[in-house]
Amino acid sequence: MNQNSYLSSFRAWFTAPMLLSFLVFGTMPLWIDAVGLYQYLGLEVMIWVIFALAVNLLLGYTGLPSFGHGAFLGIGAYAFGLTQFNVAANLWLSLFGAVAVTAILGGLVALLISHRRGIYFALMTIACAQIFYFIASKWTDVTGGEDGLLNIARLPVDLGLTEISIRSNFSLYYLCFAAYVIIVVGLWRLVHSPFGKVISAIKQNDSRVAFLGYNVWLYKWLIFTLSCAITGLAGALFAMAQEGAYINIMSLQWSGIAILIVLIGGGFISFWGPVLGVIFYFLARDILGAYTETWLLWFGLIFVGMVMFKPEGLAGMWRDGRTLLGRKPAPQPEPSVTEPSAAGGD
Amino acid sequence: MALFEASHLHKRFADQVVLEDITLSFEENQISGIMGPNGAGKTTCFNVLTGRFKPDRGRVHFDGRDITGLPPRKIARRGIARSFQMMNLFDEYTALENIVLALPEVRDKGFRVLHDLSNDSGAQDRGAQVLARMGLGGREGALASDLPYGQRRALEIGIALAAEPRMLFLDEPTSGLGTDATAILAELIGEIRKSVSIVIIEHDMRFLFDLADHISVIHWGQVIAQGAPDQLRENEWVRASNLGALA
Repeated sequence: MNQNSYLSSFRAWFTAPMLLSFLVFGTMPLWIDAVGLYQYLGLEVMIWVIFALAVNLLLGYTGLPSFGHGAFLGIGAYAFGLTQFNVAANLWLSLFGAVAVTAILGGLVALLISHRRGIYFALMTIACAQIFYFIASKWTDVTGGEDGLLNIARLPVDLGLTEISIRSNFSLYYLCFAAYVIIVVGLWRLVHSPFGKVISAIKQNDSRVAFLGYNVWLYKWLIFTLSCAITGLAGALFAMAQEGAYINIMSLQWSGIAILIVLIGGGFISFWGPVLGVIFYFLARDILGAYTETWLLWFGLIFVGMVMFKPEGLAGMWRDGRTLLGRKPAPQPEPSVTEPSAAGGD
Repeated sequence: MALFEASHLHKRFADQVVLEDITLSFEENQISGIMGPNGAGKTTCFNVLTGRFKPDRGRVHFDGRDITGLPPRKIARRGIARSFQMMNLFDEYTALENIVLALPEVRDKGFRVLHDLSNDSGAQDRGAQVLARMGLGGREGALASDLPYGQRRALEIGIALAAEPRMLFLDEPTSGLGTDATAILAELIGEIRKSVSIVIIEHDMRFLFDLADHISVIHWGQVIAQGAPDQLRENEWVRASNLGALA
């Protein structure tokens, strides 16, 4: 392999925005206090970025609006705690438990909804999320009901020869950051692979994809299950951050916030939209929240304004800014705002 | 035995019978045409033949195998591709990406999540060849949504052709095209017939009569006449109808 091939291979896996995000997030605990923010905020941002990337895989790339994804965040959190309490107090096993349980339940839900699209798909996700929510609230012996699952430990990172404690927000952040790096690199490859091209084509015109010989149902099932698995991982990290699993994160409100973040960030046109959206949301929460208790009202108005005047979100503004400055936007196979359309000439 | 045979197809939607009793056959290496007045059931017939709708009765055989009621993806994998009367492109993709996605080799790599499609020179080259064949050479990087209507129509057919089918169904390919573009399309279809059997539904009777080896006339959900274009011109019903005048 010559130097150009190595470079081409490297660029297939890593891009400048990706490396920039690694630099910013990788150093965030070192400067976040200095800019007047706090370490736990960094944790929240990191976990929500993973969650939002998972939501965008469905919404932005495949055109599948899941309005109940918060349920899977909660399932991941509960599964992490329950594995820790009932199987073994081992970080890797508990993380695996969270991801596996969420993927299985997500896969079961996907069995029911993968033949749907549009509003029917969205309504089915809401219905399934409500079922999980009420199971979690009523199955108190397992989930702790309204009180939640308390005293979930931040288990040490067992590296075989040594163990690293993640009891501090600072050290837990770097576990989340490691998960972020893996998820981002993995998803970047995924959306640039033939698989990624197919799911984006499904968003644009699922009937035509079927007439090309692709199993649309299977692709939708796989992407929903994968999205749930990643959400489960985010839920497990959130359980450690909160040192508990609580039912509120399974509510439709949290699912709605995830959608809102993805849209404000510009997930429809950019891989990085969810990342921008999360940063914007948490900064708005903390900065606006410092001035008014009604910050969510103002955030909602910003959202309305964004939808009316710049539906491509922050990523769209960034793209326009680059164009104005005479720089060509980086070529990306990003999805866009087009609704899925039906094939047919009838 | 014909390459494609449909026998006694019946399809109804609620209380409306659209296909009463359709029996058709399409020979290999021929251009077969389906014509009929508006509302005759031509597109529904196409949709039944290509798997979009299941027939309520009747059988469909392709290459000696029963494909009745199979979903579109399975029918596509058996070597049948179709274009659509209303444009069905992937508008956010470039012309080349539209074609590449339809290539069987890319379809077979669909679950390879580590494969880098943009660096797959084999697929890119084959996609470019298809585009060139469709007269779209040099338009590889253009977004499908930015192409003019005639080129979009060519791309629509190119996507179907990229799937390397044995039989290609074209649903009103001249729809919306002007005289010049129709002539170019006729030339194009004349070129691709060398490698694929073609079935065309068409309103433009001159276009169809010039190209087709065999034509079936559908009306009231039934095949009321069929034969070579010259035979059909003499057909009493075709002569009596507006269709005959146009042809």
